[in-house]
Amino acid sequence: MIRVSFLSNLINGISLGSVYAIIALGYTMVYGIAKMLNFAHGDVIMIGAYISFCVTHYLGLPAWVSVLASMLVCTLLGMTIERLAYKPLRSAPSLAVLITAIGMSYFLQNIAQLIWGANPKSFNSVVEMEPLRLFGGQLIITDEALVTVLSCVVIMICLTLFTEKTKMGKAMRAVSEDKGAAQLMGINVNMTISVTFAIGSALAAIAGVLLCSTYPALMPTTGSMPGIKAFTAAVFGGIGSIPGAMLGGILLGIIEIFGKSYISTELGDAIVFAILIILLLVKPTGLLGKKINEKV
Amino acid sequence: MSNLLKVENLHVYYGSIHAIKGVSFEVNEGEIVTLIGANGAGKSTTLNTVAGLLKPRSGSILLHDQSIAGVPADKIVSKGMALCPEGRRVFLQMTVKENLEMGGFTRPANEIAASIEDVYQRFPRLKERYKQVAGTLSGGEQQMLAMGRALMSKPKLLMLDEPSMGLAPILVEQIFDIIKELHEAGTTILLVEQNAQMALSVADRAYVLETGSIVKEGPASELLNDDSVKNAYLGD
Repeated sequence: MIRVSFLSNLINGISLGSVYAIIALGYTMVYGIAKMLNFAHGDVIMIGAYISFCVTHYLGLPAWVSVLASMLVCTLLGMTIERLAYKPLRSAPSLAVLITAIGMSYFLQNIAQLIWGANPKSFNSVVEMEPLRLFGGQLIITDEALVTVLSCVVIMICLTLFTEKTKMGKAMRAVSEDKGAAQLMGINVNMTISVTFAIGSALAAIAGVLLCSTYPALMPTTGSMPGIKAFTAAVFGGIGSIPGAMLGGILLGIIEIFGKSYISTELGDAIVFAILIILLLVKPTGLLGKKINEKV
Repeated sequence: MSNLLKVENLHVYYGSIHAIKGVSFEVNEGEIVTLIGANGAGKSTTLNTVAGLLKPRSGSILLHDQSIAGVPADKIVSKGMALCPEGRRVFLQMTVKENLEMGGFTRPANEIAASIEDVYQRFPRLKERYKQVAGTLSGGEQQMLAMGRALMSKPKLLMLDEPSMGLAPILVEQIFDIIKELHEAGTTILLVEQNAQMALSVADRAYVLETGSIVKEGPASELLNDDSVKNAYLGD
């Protein structure tokens, strides 16, 4: 029996971690390219979940339509936020950009509260399959967990192919290394940053829908804690690194679920952050972060 | 000979610092022109402004009689000008081949492969290391990569900023041999160098820059024998 509960916790951890990973990808890509921490990223997740909720609940359209609508809205939202709030600060001190991002985070939460109210909405899962029953029904893997993990793997593969193989993806890597040199190649840096926000925000929409499919209470602050956790995951894996965000997210999810199950429910988050602090003491660049030695 | 690049009365500021004070010069088609001068004289600032990385306060920059003053760098490349920047600035985490692909960013996709082959022919070292990440190359190889990358856009005017910086003397000679070859192949070159001796020996004409102004200009061979230039920049 212990083995089954261990497996079940592990699967829950990987599933939660996959959501963190998808969110962390947005954080890490934006950091890698625009060198800024977009603390409003978590709230884009929440907006994405609300959009999906509205499309299924009020318009009565199928779940997959709601996911597409949510991705579309979040993509536009992310690009708009970047254009209006961050782009004018491109050459401002990083602290000014950070404060703006925090302000944007509260702005989105308040807008959501204005539109949808502060009471939690009950989110209907977008996944409607049979759960997987193993060991004669002792181990149940929910359909949400399966879809979440699968989405995470597919996103990871697509994103890796995109950055390694496509012209735009390579341009993004060039911009993340040296904006001036990238410009000298003819790469439009502003456009590249805009595309990065678009991709990150579309991923945030997917994360929002998946998160609320597993944890259905949707309210204006739904995105903030997962946002912070995903940011932690990105740092854990090495901020700026795409595989790092993935690894960090999944490890964080597993640590959180195990901590809550085996040590203390109340201390679950504290354990996560304690491990982060220890890791950063030992390896300040995170698990897969690269230390760049610049040649002169 | 017709003007390829004509810069007139250029003024550039860094905040409140007046870095370039009314610089005028021109580069004719087929020439190698060099800007020499001490550290901080404004050579790199001038090149970066022409390339569009910095905005001039006033003055005109004409490329093929078309004004490019204040046009951002990424819009200038396709007009036929490339800058190989100071300190090389290759993309250290990308492979040699990917760096070259970035150099051809503005070119049609079906011409890239052939251009990369051209670069490999000129720099066989790069072909040997095409899969390697640029950060693992030596300084000389990185300089070759930076030059190859700049050539990928098929520029009519190639601007080289301190190509010999930090290189061993034998590599400096190699780099200058390549500059001569490129010139013979028909590329017009604007060269900025602290190594005035080498620069003047390959250039057709030269301008001497001092604290943001041009103090002397003329055929390179004349400046090479000019007493004041000798004393100030040639070290003997």
